[in-house]
Amino acid sequence: MNQPKKQEFKTPKHIDDYPTGPQYTAGFLPETNAGWRTVRPLVDHEACVFCLRCYMLCPDGTIFKDNGKINIDMDYCKGCGVCAFECPKDAITMIKEEL
Amino acid sequence: MKNNKIFISGDEAVAVGVKLSRPHVIAAYPITPQTITVERLSDMVEAKELDAEYMHVESEHSAISATMGASAVGARTFTASSSQGLLYMTEGLHYCSGGRYPVVMMNANRSVALPWSIYGDQRDSLSLLDSGWIQVYVEDAQEALDMIIQAYKIAEHKDVLTPMMVNLDGFILTHTYELVDIPNQDEVDQFLPAFITPNKMSFEDPKNLGFSSKPDDNTEFKYQQNEAMFNAIPVLQDVDKEFGSKFGRTYHGMVEEYKCEDAEVVLVALGSVCGTVRVVIDNMRKAGKKVGLLKIRYMRPFPEAEVKALGKRVKAMGVIDKDISFGYEGTVYTNVNSALSKIDKHVFKQNFVGGLGGRDITKNEIEAMFNKLFLGISSEQEEKVEFFSLNVETNE
Repeated sequence: MNQPKKQEFKTPKHIDDYPTGPQYTAGFLPETNAGWRTVRPLVDHEACVFCLRCYMLCPDGTIFKDNGKINIDMDYCKGCGVCAFECPKDAITMIKEEL
Repeated sequence: MKNNKIFISGDEAVAVGVKLSRPHVIAAYPITPQTITVERLSDMVEAKELDAEYMHVESEHSAISATMGASAVGARTFTASSSQGLLYMTEGLHYCSGGRYPVVMMNANRSVALPWSIYGDQRDSLSLLDSGWIQVYVEDAQEALDMIIQAYKIAEHKDVLTPMMVNLDGFILTHTYELVDIPNQDEVDQFLPAFITPNKMSFEDPKNLGFSSKPDDNTEFKYQQNEAMFNAIPVLQDVDKEFGSKFGRTYHGMVEEYKCEDAEVVLVALGSVCGTVRVVIDNMRKAGKKVGLLKIRYMRPFPEAEVKALGKRVKAMGVIDKDISFGYEGTVYTNVNSALSKIDKHVFKQNFVGGLGGRDITKNEIEAMFNKLFLGISSEQEEKVEFFSLNVETNE
């Protein structure tokens, strides 16, 4: 439940440097996937009891432990609100994304 | 070279070819007229003559999924299907070629419903030319066995890494018996070394397999896939030559020309009908007619160079299609015509759609096709698609 290390992927300049088909060394995430998010989770760390229910239920695996607190990878959070709905302490609220 | 000939059917020849190629995983769902192949393979696995995992799957969709998954992590895999079953695999076929997983498949060419028919034509595989699989069409059981062995070597080549479909005509080849020379296992092992996947997984070197790509990258992957298919041309030619030097049989790579050296008129065909065309050519040659055959072996990659070269030498070309793309013409004809449009010469052409749903293409019909082509070069004739032969009159 620590955040996986992400390595930077440099887009190849020549077709021969592309991976052969869609397979490559693990640990590269060249794409982010959160562009359509309209609301984002905001964590109240005072209210949070670190039960990690949100970590278990996040459908995109974006929640991770960060120095004894939960944190969310906003490059991949879709803003679905499952974490806020499931939080037994109502420590997560969904707030509107400002464009 | 010592011969070891046995009397077996086309389906059995495929099974023997697969056994000699030592696959790790076989997943196939039985369907007429492919059934005997997978029955023989399951017998071999049960009798421990073949050390492979035979996966009992509930459908063709699962068969291609299982073989593709195993292939992705380095197993040598085999599947087989026909007609409706092949079409049920369609989603997986594209997935497999896009993944660059070198699965080898046998397809028993059979008509597609409706009307329901278990008999042969080539509408199943020809409708899948765009699925990214290498497609070869064989003429007899020996070629079927030999091409299974060659197929692994071609598909698994590092510059190719593309799945390959070996097509043999349902019943005409799958269910007829021939004397077939069985290669020696040691020689096959030398010819066909183990498949080393570039995707080998380990805890030290974890991989991400079969990922998605956004519009920024997708075109590059498709370009690369197309390039790999063209790379297959020299590879399959080399593999065929090497096979010839080892086993004494070659199949001339992309196409085989039969009596085309001085031919004025040629027929283009795929698969088993080529045997009948050869007989007609021999007879017509005795009467002084300069006729020949272009046997197309590979439909993908397409033998454009070979078709163009022959087009420059002949006056007329007829294409026998066991296929029709409704609302246009036979698909083999479309492909041949595209190649011929790139040469600076007019060749009289005619498309003969025949052999649908298992109807025989007779020697008399083939002779009539040749005569129509001769008529086309000596007089003004329309280049058209003709169903050969209809048993009824039409409104045309």
